[in-house]
Amino acid sequence: MTTPGIEATPGSAGGRTRRRGGRRKGGGDRSMVPEATFTSYYGRPIVKPSPWENDIPIYLFAGGVAAGSSLIAAGADLTGRPTLRRSGRLGALAALTVSMVALVHDLGMPSRFLNMLRVAKLTSPMSVGTWILSIYGPFAGVAAAAEVVSMLPPRLRGGPLRLAAYADRPAGLLAGLFAPPVAAYTAVLLSDTATPSWHAAYKELPFVFVGSAAAASAGLGLITSPLEETGPVRRMALGGAVLELVMEQRMEHTMGITAEPLHHGKAGRLMKAAKALTVAGAAGSLLAGRSRVIAVGSGLALLAGSACTRFGVFEAGQESAKDPKYTVVPQRERLDRGEPIRFEKPAEPPVT
Amino acid sequence: MAGKHSLFGPVDPAADAGYEEDRPPRKGFFTDTSICIGCKACEVACKEWNDVPATHFDLLGSSYDNSFSLNANQWRHVAFIEQPKRMGEQESGLRRQAQEAAGQQAVDLGMPGMAPPGVMLPESGEDDAVDRPDFRWLMSSDVCKHCTHAACLDVCPTGSLFRSEFGTVVVQDDICNGCGYCVPACPYGVIERRKGPEGSKNVGIAQKCTLCYDRLGSGKTPACAQACPTQSIQFGDVEELRERANARVEQLHEAGIMDARLYGNDPEDGVGGTGAFFLLMDEPEVYGFPPDPVVTTKDLPEMFTRAGAAALVLLAGAALSFVGRRR
Repeated sequence: MTTPGIEATPGSAGGRTRRRGGRRKGGGDRSMVPEATFTSYYGRPIVKPSPWENDIPIYLFAGGVAAGSSLIAAGADLTGRPTLRRSGRLGALAALTVSMVALVHDLGMPSRFLNMLRVAKLTSPMSVGTWILSIYGPFAGVAAAAEVVSMLPPRLRGGPLRLAAYADRPAGLLAGLFAPPVAAYTAVLLSDTATPSWHAAYKELPFVFVGSAAAASAGLGLITSPLEETGPVRRMALGGAVLELVMEQRMEHTMGITAEPLHHGKAGRLMKAAKALTVAGAAGSLLAGRSRVIAVGSGLALLAGSACTRFGVFEAGQESAKDPKYTVVPQRERLDRGEPIRFEKPAEPPVT
Repeated sequence: MAGKHSLFGPVDPAADAGYEEDRPPRKGFFTDTSICIGCKACEVACKEWNDVPATHFDLLGSSYDNSFSLNANQWRHVAFIEQPKRMGEQESGLRRQAQEAAGQQAVDLGMPGMAPPGVMLPESGEDDAVDRPDFRWLMSSDVCKHCTHAACLDVCPTGSLFRSEFGTVVVQDDICNGCGYCVPACPYGVIERRKGPEGSKNVGIAQKCTLCYDRLGSGKTPACAQACPTQSIQFGDVEELRERANARVEQLHEAGIMDARLYGNDPEDGVGGTGAFFLLMDEPEVYGFPPDPVVTTKDLPEMFTRAGAAALVLLAGAALSFVGRRR
């Protein structure tokens, strides 16, 4: 059982005041925002942090890499870039495997994944995600298998393996078609909770995540393919990184006080690292056409940046759930403005 | 997933879940915290009936409340709020009257006082204001709210959580996956995955108040309400309980206790009203409640729209990357 630092006296007369924005560097930076005053029950959390551990951000990251890689593989297939196609397909399968292992590890046993397939529920992003993965996964798997078959010496490609040549392109293209939802739904997975910093991010988080997925998978492409095939992934790396950085900035702007956890502690360090790595990776991608070393370095930075983004957002949400401030203050401010969330009857359709 | 109100607004949850006309009326709790004495009988009765494991040696050292919060091993939780605030106009005057009637003066029995050793407290019996402590206790028995729009139920990917015919929300522990998604989804922080103690049943499974589904089925009162000695916890049809609650608030307001207010009774609030609602003597956050909770699935359609747009951006972006130059 957790015992957080408990110092506050509960009750409106003993309202506790905490600094907004935490400690600031230097002395000259005066906060122009009033300090957040709020009351809580002995400072104990109101909403519960998710019981998830590192499995889940790993799952988010690997899912993004898999999705982006399938897209790259499909593009490479259509434009005749065999090495990029191969690395994309194999990378997608490897990343998908990592994400499934992480998911099953989080659930505890494989049969529990199957348990999820007993219902399809549109109100549950996890159920929707399970189905998206279940549709996407086999195509990505077949595409990767066909890739492996094509790598075999011709005399071993006999028998049923000959079918691989027929399945190859359709499977790869379908995997690419179903990949974008794989990258995007994970944002809904986090946002559809009462965890303050995840819910408040719901408008921009999907764009941050797809940008991050594009940058990371393009990074993998940069690492694994020769320079003459990496033109598209260099463009994708730049586009993904810019999308991620811009949308992350916008997200923090709309989140209000719940953006704070993104700047503090472990989450703050991760987000800072994510920004630095993504910027470095994006800058590197501009020069990656000239040197293999720069390409590999930039690819690694993009992958690491994407991982840091996932871990940072995850961690910030967990922290926001542990401090009642992030639950009480936004709701209290809303009430004080006189706009509690209430159901309003939709206007009657005009009678004709 | 029936009508257009499924995610927000006032509905009869059991009807929304597809129960036919012959369903029983919606059941719930009205917890009147103004008469809670903090005896924790409800906590004990709940543990006894539902076989909820005890968690020993959790002395928190912060207050008399050592059961921490609602969680997997705590389906009822009595909050003890110690406030530096006088009891308001609540003045019994019983002692003085009794003493005067008997023609007696107060006798000091030499009981230990609240002050540190060596400090003299004012003589008791002279003035009620001295006798009366300058703080008050608020006690409140918290429980799963059995929301009209239950986020835990909506996000459950296995269908383990279901809406009962009584309009309550129940976990089927043999179906639960232990994915833990319901835990962060609950705006009240009620449901939790059971962590232990080791050897107890359903470890790793989401657990919370069932409103004693098994007892309701045979026409009985839930264990906590049955055990409550002051009728602070009242069980019944939600409709009727709301009437009773409104009457009680009026009564308290007439008595000059203007702090009394209802929490969770409004069917048009962020969660569509709750099946278990409360009469509070102070702001909700004082009791550890969110002041204006909103079911997270209210925004779900927009979330999926945004995610769909993001997915299209990714698809288009990837396609664009491959268009054009050969290198």
